[in-house]
Amino acid sequence: MNGSIEILANGRPLHVAPGMTVAAALLNAGIAGFRTSVAGEPRGPLCGMGICQECRVTINDRLQERSCLVLVEAGMRIETDTMSRRV
Amino acid sequence: MFDADLKESDRYAIAVIGAGPAGIAAATVAAESGQRVILIDECPAPGGQIWRHAAQRSREGAARRWVTRLERSTATVRTGAAVIDIRRLGDANFQLHTVRQGVGSTLRASRVVLATGARELFLPFPGWTLPGVIGVGAAQALLKSGVSVRDQRVVIAGSGPLLFPVAAALRRAGARLQLVAEQAESSAVFRFGLGLWAQPAVLAQAIRYRAGFLKSPYRTGTWIKAAEGKSSLQRVTMTNGEKLWTIECDLLCAAFGLVPNAELARLAGCRLQDGFVAIDKHQETSIEGVYAAGEPTGIGGVDLALAEGSLAGYSAAGRSDEAREWVLRCEEQRGYVAKLTSGFQLRPELKQLAAAETVVCRCEDVRLGAINPEWTMRQAKLYTRAGMGPCQGRVCGAALQHLYGWTPEVPHAPVEPVPVSALL
Amino acid sequence: MTSPTGHDTIVVGAGIVGAACAASLARRGRRVLVLEAGFAGGGTTAAGMGHLVAMDDSPEQLAFTAYSRRLWDAMASRLPASVEYERCGTIWVAEDDEQLAVVRAKQKTLADAGVASEVLDSKQLTDAEPCLRPGLPGGLLVPDDGVLYPPAAALHLLEQARSNGAVLRERCAVTAIAPHTVRTAEGDLSADLIVNAAGPHAPELTPDLLVIPRKGHLIITDRHPGFCRHQLVELGYLKSAHVMTTESVAFNLQPRATGQVMIGSSRELVGWIPGINQYLVRRMLERAIEFAPGLGRMSALRIWTGYRPATPDKLPLIGPWDTDAGTWIATGHEGLGITTALATGEILADLVAGATPKVDPSPFHPRRAMAEISHA
Repeated sequence: MNGSIEILANGRPLHVAPGMTVAAALLNAGIAGFRTSVAGEPRGPLCGMGICQECRVTINDRLQERSCLVLVEAGMRIETDTMSRRV
Repeated sequence: MFDADLKESDRYAIAVIGAGPAGIAAATVAAESGQRVILIDECPAPGGQIWRHAAQRSREGAARRWVTRLERSTATVRTGAAVIDIRRLGDANFQLHTVRQGVGSTLRASRVVLATGARELFLPFPGWTLPGVIGVGAAQALLKSGVSVRDQRVVIAGSGPLLFPVAAALRRAGARLQLVAEQAESSAVFRFGLGLWAQPAVLAQAIRYRAGFLKSPYRTGTWIKAAEGKSSLQRVTMTNGEKLWTIECDLLCAAFGLVPNAELARLAGCRLQDGFVAIDKHQETSIEGVYAAGEPTGIGGVDLALAEGSLAGYSAAGRSDEAREWVLRCEEQRGYVAKLTSGFQLRPELKQLAAAETVVCRCEDVRLGAINPEWTMRQAKLYTRAGMGPCQGRVCGAALQHLYGWTPEVPHAPVEPVPVSALL
Repeated sequence: MTSPTGHDTIVVGAGIVGAACAASLARRGRRVLVLEAGFAGGGTTAAGMGHLVAMDDSPEQLAFTAYSRRLWDAMASRLPASVEYERCGTIWVAEDDEQLAVVRAKQKTLADAGVASEVLDSKQLTDAEPCLRPGLPGGLLVPDDGVLYPPAAALHLLEQARSNGAVLRERCAVTAIAPHTVRTAEGDLSADLIVNAAGPHAPELTPDLLVIPRKGHLIITDRHPGFCRHQLVELGYLKSAHVMTTESVAFNLQPRATGQVMIGSSRELVGWIPGINQYLVRRMLERAIEFAPGLGRMSALRIWTGYRPATPDKLPLIGPWDTDAGTWIATGHEGLGITTALATGEILADLVAGATPKVDPSPFHPRRAMAEISHA
């Protein structure tokens, strides 16, 4: 767990420890809302274990990835709140 | 996805789905018995929720021993892969469709062990959809994923033995625990404590856990009423049935025990009993060649999961001598579990927490008032979209099952969302 | 004859066709009891795509679908939001110049039936639907076609029927239809008029009906608003729907009001075989991605199947079956039950009342001569 790697969250560089999940990296960076719900409410991780789908973000252009199941990788590009954007 | 694409290397004697303690044990003993085994899990590393991310960290003895033993075995381990379909073929083999990083592939196995674990039971209450409201087990999972909770004000509101280790872990990670609220009455917790005398090692662990958050208040007969905040959680309202009080906090961990992940078992056609996968004494389900182990067969914790996994692994591998021995160990473990968990029944007030405008289905933002208790789950889904979203009813389905006694829908493949291209 | 419960008409089946029949009959003063084995809109209706399209497999079909589409149009402003009605239009997509010639002929056929449409060249097609692969030669835009959410539409029609005194009884399976009587687990119920609107199950109650179940698969994605704006159908769709082969697939995409994309379509003559045919799903998706390559990365949420009530000549069965016994039929709509539900209700109610329907009902007579379906 030495050193740190750089990832891009919504275009902003974050230095994070390798081995952590994307969800953890975003939460530690103060991002609480990962997506906007159908009725327009902010939502963040609920279950932490891949069940609830509330932590879906776009990772390296892969849509609707569950950030709690994916480990950070150097150079990873993450975008939150992509539900309402066009493909 | 089809025969023509299937290579010899994609054929296994035994496929184990889920790499928590039960799945690790099943895959390890089956591989050690000379079978060609594959172990598949969605997480980045084996360990399941309880031994999550075991590969990178120092872990407790049992986890280290089992993961090392798994690594030394001949079992193929495929992590980061979801199983989205399971079907029985004409020749009695099973075909599994997996998706890893958006890419689909097919494998075939003669026997399948379902060790798909459990998820938390979330019950809707006003404000439960705010960012900052998570589960109890979720807190542990997120901590192990690298989330920092240092100096955060945390309230835990839930039920059962899981509250203790989660409270201790949060405290250790620097959280400021404001309250640990157990919804059951103190008598239940007392019985739980008494039950532990029969298992000194577990008792010692429980004492260590409690010592781990000794300075924080622990209250029984206390539960969550509502959460509030603008764009994320700011405060919670708690109750003991007599009075209400408010606590300012940054994180609320609220869940009410565990429910089995039985989607793949149901897709495979396995019979359920009282919501759990029905098994015979060798862990075989109602579908010949499909075994189940761990939480899907009954919530029992890590020791029972290891015992059931070992039994399922030996049974699937045809090792009847070893299996016989593990049948007895499983029975012994089940006896302990029944005693420990008997007191933590959910109080009826928890069914009344949600208001008409409280969201029940978080994927589709369906509010409780839109749902008629006289319906079936399928009616609610078709008429209101509840359960139609990406979690496919895993969260609201369990809640509505608890609130109204509904039976969840039989799942279809894909049992979780995948890119369209992964279905080709 | 009036039964103790006060009804003179029983409609068997609360799918969208039964619901529309109930609404039309109740509006004309019939006292209607609707019996449904499961729950309203939960059978074939729940499995369908919900398109409202002018379809020109035959002149009769075109007159029928055009009439029903006008009825939907007249109702549009009063539909509740839950029905998710959108007049998104349909684009029939041509793949080559030969099909482009078909597009031109189709435009004329539709115009002759009073259905507006517009030929799109290659650029106009791409501008209208950037999700389509480049280089397609053109298509035909039918702007007044639409989509809706069928179970909610069925509920709405039942609500209309209820406002005119109709009663719905769910979880009440009819096991047989006898003269002026239906048999249920709770006992016999009698009425002057019995309408068999049991969809693909109708022949179980009226044994000589030439209706067989034709299975279909559909796939829906997560919400990706704006991926496509029109319903997109390949020109080969009609052929796929028309030919009674064992199985066929055709490209058909639908933008839902939710931002989801529904992917169709398949047709199979395999009887009542549950479960998902992976092979067919793969063919459907390959075809869909061929037309709209961007679909591949979208998240597929669910796959499901349903059974459409098919007839040998592709026209529904609407009208009297046995007037002495009071038995009437409204089924056999296959993939057009949502589009044509309203016309079905009106035609049936006209015939019952002795009035002249707005379109010639003789092609839909349930006792017309038809060759049996051979399983090719």
